Amino acid sequence: MAEVLRPEMLDISNDTSSLASPELLHVLAVDDSMVDRKFIERLLRVSSCKVTVVDSATRALQYLGLDGENSSVGFEDLKINLIMTDYSMPGMTGYELLKKIKESSAFREIPVVIMSSENILPRIDRCLEEGAEDFLLKPVKLADVKRLRDSLMKAEERAFKNIMHKRELEANDIYSQLKRAKI
Amino acid sequence: MNTTVVAQLQRQFQDYIVSLYQQGFLDSQFSELRKLQDEGSPDFVSEVVSLFFDDCSKLINTMSRSLEQPDNVDFKQLDSGVHQLKGSSSSVGARRVKNVCISFKECCDVQNREGCLRCLQQVDYEYKMLKTKLQDLFNLEQQILQAGGTIPQVDIN
Repeated sequence: MAEVLRPEMLDISNDTSSLASPELLHVLAVDDSMVDRKFIERLLRVSSCKVTVVDSATRALQYLGLDGENSSVGFEDLKINLIMTDYSMPGMTGYELLKKIKESSAFREIPVVIMSSENILPRIDRCLEEGAEDFLLKPVKLADVKRLRDSLMKAEERAFKNIMHKRELEANDIYSQLKRAKI
Repeated sequence: MNTTVVAQLQRQFQDYIVSLYQQGFLDSQFSELRKLQDEGSPDFVSEVVSLFFDDCSKLINTMSRSLEQPDNVDFKQLDSGVHQLKGSSSSVGARRVKNVCISFKECCDVQNREGCLRCLQQVDYEYKMLKTKLQDLFNLEQQILQAGGTIPQVDIN
């Protein structure tokens, strides 16, 4: 009888994590204010995140390949773990950006956090109803970013564990079949 | 390294920055900015602050133009400018500038051109004042570093 492949020896795809790289969250930050862009970029870097910063919702959509122009080259490889956007921006607001992202099949799972200097309850409600992960008052604090990061890492871990568990079950299933077939 | 000189400079720095907080030029957000600075990014604070002052200059120019014609003031554009200025002053901890913006917004809301003109003048004064103060602060930092010392952490709480 040929050697039966044990489950651990089956090739399990490396793509079990949607993290940009081990332990590194990739954040897309959107803000029309140069001061705020510099600030949020630093906050995120200090929190060990990979950061891409853009100055408008339109550019964010371009980056994600959602602008309906040419589809962004290899956007399937684009691993964004979090989008943080200012609410009040000229042109398209952060709220409108949120809606576009939630409408997209490719990116609707990505958590979107809205940042605003104004503590307006109906605004907050509207954003949360539209699926925003969180609503942060500006200026954003290091503690806010840390909290976000921790909760996302936990969610990633859970998702990762689920995938691994599923793969394990599948592998065990194949193993049993092979054994029965006496290959 | 002359430890006496360093100690003196550090003392000067400490006193100066505390006075800026006490006189209301800066608020706790500025100390948040300082926490984000390290050996890898030693100029972070001065860079952000520089962007802020550029913003001030630009926005004040635009708003000044909006206010030029007495019977043709674009209060909507004015409001937008004030909003942006308030936002960035808040992000860097420029407390006095931010407070003027609050009054400025109130004047916009009731379309009070005279009030707006006064606020514009005040905001111009405050940002330039802060610019000078922070330049002095950064100079002190440089002197400390050049004398071989480290810049003190200052807890303003």
